[in-house]
Amino acid sequence: MEIEAKSHPLDRYLRAERIPHIWCPGCGLGTVLNCFLHALEETNINLKNLAVVSGIGCTGRVAGYINVDSYHTTHGRAIPFATGLKLANPKLKVVVFSGDGDLFAIGGNHFIHAARRNIDMTVICVNNYNYGMTGGQLGPTTPLEARTTTAPYGNIEHPFNLCHVAAASGAVYVARWTSLHVRRLKESMKEALNKKGFSFVEIIAPCPTAFGRRNKEPTGLETLKYYKEHSVIKHGIDPAEADIEMGGDIIVGKFVDIEKPTFDEAVHELIKKARK
Amino acid sequence: MKKQIKFYSGNIAAAEGALVAGCRFFAGYPITPSSEIAEHMALRLPQVGGVFIQMEDELASMAAILGASWGGAKSMTATSGPGFSLMQENIGLGAMTETPCVVINVQRAGPSTGMPTLVGQADIMQARWGSHGDYEIIALSPFSPQECFDLTIKAFNLAEEYRVPVIVLMDESVGHMFEKVVIPPKDKIKIVERKKPTVPPEKYMPYKAEDFVPEMACAGEGYNVHVTGLTHDEKGYPQATDPEVQDRLVRRLCDKIRKNEKKLRDIEEYEMDDAEVAIVSFGISARSSKAAVRLARQRGYKVGLIRLKTIWPFPDEYFEKLADEIKKFVVVEINYGQIKLEVERNVGRDKTFLLPKMGGEIHKPDEIYRKIKEVYNGN
Amino acid sequence: MRIEIKFGGFGGQGIILMGNITARAAAIYDGKNAVFTPSYGPEARGGAASSNVVISEEEIDYPYVTNPDILVVMSQGAYEKFAPILKDDGLLIIDEDLVKLKNGEGKVAKIPATRIAEELGKRIVANIVMLGFFTGVTKLISYDAIKKAVLESVPARFRELNEEALEKGYRQGIEWQEE
Repeated sequence: MEIEAKSHPLDRYLRAERIPHIWCPGCGLGTVLNCFLHALEETNINLKNLAVVSGIGCTGRVAGYINVDSYHTTHGRAIPFATGLKLANPKLKVVVFSGDGDLFAIGGNHFIHAARRNIDMTVICVNNYNYGMTGGQLGPTTPLEARTTTAPYGNIEHPFNLCHVAAASGAVYVARWTSLHVRRLKESMKEALNKKGFSFVEIIAPCPTAFGRRNKEPTGLETLKYYKEHSVIKHGIDPAEADIEMGGDIIVGKFVDIEKPTFDEAVHELIKKARK
Repeated sequence: MKKQIKFYSGNIAAAEGALVAGCRFFAGYPITPSSEIAEHMALRLPQVGGVFIQMEDELASMAAILGASWGGAKSMTATSGPGFSLMQENIGLGAMTETPCVVINVQRAGPSTGMPTLVGQADIMQARWGSHGDYEIIALSPFSPQECFDLTIKAFNLAEEYRVPVIVLMDESVGHMFEKVVIPPKDKIKIVERKKPTVPPEKYMPYKAEDFVPEMACAGEGYNVHVTGLTHDEKGYPQATDPEVQDRLVRRLCDKIRKNEKKLRDIEEYEMDDAEVAIVSFGISARSSKAAVRLARQRGYKVGLIRLKTIWPFPDEYFEKLADEIKKFVVVEINYGQIKLEVERNVGRDKTFLLPKMGGEIHKPDEIYRKIKEVYNGN
Repeated sequence: MRIEIKFGGFGGQGIILMGNITARAAAIYDGKNAVFTPSYGPEARGGAASSNVVISEEEIDYPYVTNPDILVVMSQGAYEKFAPILKDDGLLIIDEDLVKLKNGEGKVAKIPATRIAEELGKRIVANIVMLGFFTGVTKLISYDAIKKAVLESVPARFRELNEEALEKGYRQGIEWQEE
């Protein structure tokens, strides 16, 4: 039997003329984007008011595929760009979609300060442990001993635990999943989108081309198998206890979900006061 | 409304000018000698319904004002040398994505940390091409608090009209000196707004321009625009491997400024009618230069002053024409010869003389007068 | 004619404000041209504070004070630092309780500004007493102009006190002139 589909239910969310995308076979980004589009579908966000901002890198290309106002900015600066966007137009729902290197190495300072201020935005970080687009260099999340092109003898740096950084910096919502956990990830994305304040979702995702093949996981499938065997769901634990190590378990779940006044509310309150 | 007379420093005047121009978003990071602008914006913006935010650094400040501009606000930041260096990355993004915004650089003496509290004018070349790649911006240089007010308004207008970051190249002296500032009635001040799309979203081409400058749809207006720092086609989509698209884009980004040089030209001529020697100067240096021209004229020297209010684009054609009429040009600037390079490119090396100052102080009229004498008499 | 004025003292005496008020009075209320430049940088920290004013009927190009025609000092340190750059025929105005003159001075006008301020109940208005004195002595600025500039610079509840301080200083200035 032949099945011919004229359209896909998620077509309206994509810039069809931009597909196929640039991502490699086995990459986790397609799955993550798929989850995000489903999350949009189920949250009923008015797409006219949705803006997606990305930095540079493979994940940075997400902005270019979603059919909303989308901004592909400079390396590391997606968050401050998004800050300006949101503060200038409070009606907007602003989502920053970028990679671990972009958000936590070159853009690390912006991340912690936006979380500290509790700017109302959702940050989705796809963590593939390395700089994939440029060929697989060491990143701020590369686990100890992992091999990359700039750590040919194995990584000697201690990596960031992103959820711990986010929670410590003041994020009101923090969750981590792997790209295997599509339903749970979609639910977390929905929660993050509905959350007022700085929400953060980390997705551990395979990068077979640049990272996996140097670390005994040459295909995306092998990495997903690893996720299946080693993911442990622990909702509500202190993210400090969720460090990631080569060969170790990956602790996933929702770690933080708290309420705190946002910068946006405070600034518009201040304006009201000053105008009196 | 009647005109108002205020007594402002250049920094405060620039901030007030920004508010009059419609600036409703300021992101900045404190740095001497520009901090009074941020402080004044923090006080005044909320009163007019605008947002002030102090960012974690100048990289973030520049990125935030670009974001705010796409959010529909007229936006600005203010800084000085070291901060201006950090902003270059996103000034490039602003030029590439054609984002209207204003950057005030209250110049201090460099390089590096240099003399934080003292005057310099050595960011001239950085203002032009401080970010990588080929692009053009507009830079204006006020020489009094009144002009800090006027030219900041003009900077916003030009940013909106040309969709480009506009740099206001102030200097510490102009920023910190207080003088009378006349604020004209509101209806006497020209305010320009960016061109909005006139076609429905499905027909809209965000980077297609009839007359160099495309129409701008901001976030939330229903146009689903994609904006990228990558080389992009008229639809706004990345074409990062197509040299033809690159050629078309870079040409337009540069030509929208270069081909409008005459329109953007803003020069004050003083005692130039019968001048044989011309001083070329700008900003605070032009004040000392003016005093020196008066001194020289009293003693019979036929000397005049060309004061550049628009620094970039540089008025090549203007100087080319003058090269036949004026025997010698003396460039007075607080750096070791930056505008001088532009002048000599147009009038010739043999006709161009430099009176530099490395920073930390401004020229005294006397020393400029001595240079005039020396050059005039052919030494 | 171009007149250069320098105010000097120590931090906390309101020296910067004196310059601001003087220039504002000349520029806005007397319709002259005036430039005020506060001293920034190390000079403005710790001990010495100074501020500078240029007043002229004509356009003012060079904005800074290099050789003041009038030097107003309220501390020994400022006196010693700035007296050497006072013009040869320049006028020196001092708080006589705070500045001990060395030899060879030209024109000097003295007032115990700080003592007068203390008698008025607030030492902090010594600078305003001095501004009144400066106005009376030099006649560079109209009394009306300086009064307006002073009153718009101080909180409403201190207006009366400042007006009194200004007037006290001004009257002594006029007396000095008549002598």
